[in-house]
Amino acid sequence: MIRLLPTIILLAAGALGLFTACDSANTENVVNGDVAGEVYVPPGEYDEFYAFLSGGYSGQVTVYGLPSGRLFREIPVFSQYPENGYGYSEETKPLFETSFGFVPWDDTHHIELSQTDGDFDGRWLFVNGNNTPRIARVDLKTFETVEILEIPFVAGLHCAPFITQNSEYLVSGTRFSVPIPQEDVPIDSYSENFDGAINYVSVDPESGEMELAFQILVPGFNYDLARNGKGKSHGWSFLTTYNSEQAHSLLEINASQRDKDLMAVVNWKRAEEYLEQGAFETRNVSYYHNLVDEGSGIATSNEETSVRMINPADAPGVVYFLPVPKSPHGCDIDPTGEFIVGNGKLSADLSVYSFDKIQQAIENENYEGDFEGIPIISYEAAIEGVVKEPGLGPLHTEFDGRGNAYTTFFISSEVVKWNVESKEVLDRQPTFYSPGHLVIPGGETMNPKGKYLVAMNKITKDRYLPTGPELVHSAQLFDISGEKMRLLLDFPTKGEPHYAQAISADKIMPNVKKFYALEENEHPYAAKGEGRAKVEREGEEIHVYMTAIRSHLAPDNIEGIKVGDEVYFHLTNLEQDWDVPHGFAILGNTNAELLVMPGQTRTLKWEPQRVGVFPFYCTDFCSALHQEMSGYVRVSPKGSNVPLKWGLNENLSEKDMLSQAEEENGSSM
Amino acid sequence: MKKPLFLLALCFLLAACGGQSGDETAGSSTPPQSMIEEPEPSIAEGKGIGEVENVELTEPLDEDMIEMGEAIYQMKCAACHKLTDQRVVGPGWAGITNKRKPEWIMNMVTNVDVMLAEDPEAQKLLEECLTRMPNQNVSIGDARAILEFMRKNDVEKAGERDQAVEES
Repeated sequence: MIRLLPTIILLAAGALGLFTACDSANTENVVNGDVAGEVYVPPGEYDEFYAFLSGGYSGQVTVYGLPSGRLFREIPVFSQYPENGYGYSEETKPLFETSFGFVPWDDTHHIELSQTDGDFDGRWLFVNGNNTPRIARVDLKTFETVEILEIPFVAGLHCAPFITQNSEYLVSGTRFSVPIPQEDVPIDSYSENFDGAINYVSVDPESGEMELAFQILVPGFNYDLARNGKGKSHGWSFLTTYNSEQAHSLLEINASQRDKDLMAVVNWKRAEEYLEQGAFETRNVSYYHNLVDEGSGIATSNEETSVRMINPADAPGVVYFLPVPKSPHGCDIDPTGEFIVGNGKLSADLSVYSFDKIQQAIENENYEGDFEGIPIISYEAAIEGVVKEPGLGPLHTEFDGRGNAYTTFFISSEVVKWNVESKEVLDRQPTFYSPGHLVIPGGETMNPKGKYLVAMNKITKDRYLPTGPELVHSAQLFDISGEKMRLLLDFPTKGEPHYAQAISADKIMPNVKKFYALEENEHPYAAKGEGRAKVEREGEEIHVYMTAIRSHLAPDNIEGIKVGDEVYFHLTNLEQDWDVPHGFAILGNTNAELLVMPGQTRTLKWEPQRVGVFPFYCTDFCSALHQEMSGYVRVSPKGSNVPLKWGLNENLSEKDMLSQAEEENGSSM
Repeated sequence: MKKPLFLLALCFLLAACGGQSGDETAGSSTPPQSMIEEPEPSIAEGKGIGEVENVELTEPLDEDMIEMGEAIYQMKCAACHKLTDQRVVGPGWAGITNKRKPEWIMNMVTNVDVMLAEDPEAQKLLEECLTRMPNQNVSIGDARAILEFMRKNDVEKAGERDQAVEES
């Protein structure tokens, strides 16, 4: 996510060298007194906040408690997760379908929690997939990924999925402009043939279901980060871009030529009016929408075939540009909705724009030209003030709700606190090292909880016991309740966290689902009761309706499977209590296990390749007799006449004597 | 949570070996009140512990409840309890209403964690079966329906029902 000049890398390396050299002294200076008690959550007690961190190249999301920094869970989103069978089970595989086929990995960057009235409501979490442009929705009742929507016509969905104050839209932009639609053209025809798109995904207020509402065709820049207006600026989006030079090679030099790049300023309420008037073009394109059915837990994948595209040339008043110094990265808006902070990462200054002044400039047509017909608002007319030389390499800003802003500085490795009105720098604290994003609970909303700040560091070098060339990234927790920031804790993180959001635990905890009610299980292969466990053959397909309860699987002896069969184990967990998953694994299976939550049904496909007898067992230590929770499948040669038989606690050989009728009426258990 | 439950089971085993009273509660997710208080008088009456204090038995048996109780049995209970007197994971149900009072049965079904922690009869069963009966999230109303199904089953399998009530 961070684009750098070689000089910056040198600077960063130099800065690191300095910090490394006097590391312990720095730590002593920044950690005062006994702060351990301030992050200590005694056994059995709860943290005050949930923090959701993106996993970067892990493709997942992690859940931590604040202030303790304890890791509670990794939520698999865009990467297969053999630990619980996500992306391997038949129910979850469709979530990975895209117009490119099955894509089992992605790069998550930005967490956005659903909002109502400009405040987190604790219902859903949205996160982007950068590489294969996608947005996922996680249900915060179950902490499971329930929906993934592919975004067409874009490449590198870094700038996503920024949410509006009532979760009307998730706003995103393309990181890499490409031909729209894709075609075989010379790369150096970039300025002629490459375009960008800004995407508006609507969120159903009841179900949370996403839909690509419309796209806006924009010049071929690199759309980087965004925020949406709130309060007075609700209805507007602000997206930073770099590469207004439209370079297509050696961007670190060629996209850094100009003093200023452009921020896109979008009036989406105006765009909605154009949509209603039919002022859009329907573009045909393939993209996938994958959604989990709540009753069955089964994801289905649907191909969508068109989008509504707005061209700013036909829709004046929808898109403006605003100059921002030096390759901006973060774009952040204070809780009042008035101040928009542009962080030029090659600039030493922070630019703060006024929403009122932007409106005034638009009204007065105070422009300094246009880019491909899109008006460029006068920088001087829109700028509210500049924070002078707060540090090197400003990236991201969040707010404490008390009139202060906090910005990370990647190159000078620090967090700087400054006052939004006066632009005065109030405090600075070093981080270890090179922070990207930072997060304050509610820090991007209209209602920040300015108690803690977490800076997420890209480099840890000498901070932890070394683990070879690859090291963890880290998070550093500061107390920001006083005038000065105080470092309390640093803790290792998973993958590469980019952005994170944190929310009061009481907005999520009361709604967390403890198990799935068996009565509500609508899975077509569920065995809702051990009496319904059975095995059926349909040609070479075998369906095993299996149940699990402490401490046995039913059936646990199966015969009559043949080499070449496709065996589907549909495991229903009959438990109806919290924290009693059962697992399922079988010898010779070539993918992963299943981990099945109470009341849930999950399916593992197994294609036996050899003759023999193969054990299966529960993988989750569920009870004192967990080791006994196992069974056998007998696999016979292809074409064998061993009859299909199954049972639990009975002699299958004797069952040969049973009448065929008895087996057919399902009483063979 | 799994490990504490497992440890709890071990605690019971150890308690049994040591001849203690068995109200060890380490690791229980629902701490019983009896740590300091007197044991519930309902225990002495054989009614167990829980919300169910007094059950009015229907005469004749309620067919609607029997049907509902059997459906719940098939979904949530049959994996461990046979309708004969054969023990598999848990005890077979034949004759249960002749042995246990209806209040005890319904409290065991709806309040199993506390029952296993405090009720001596429930603890004896755990020592025999060695698997904690799971909380199957059965409501009081559903437990009543299961009881009705048990009463019918007792008539069929044991020749009589509700003898535990008659004896008291």
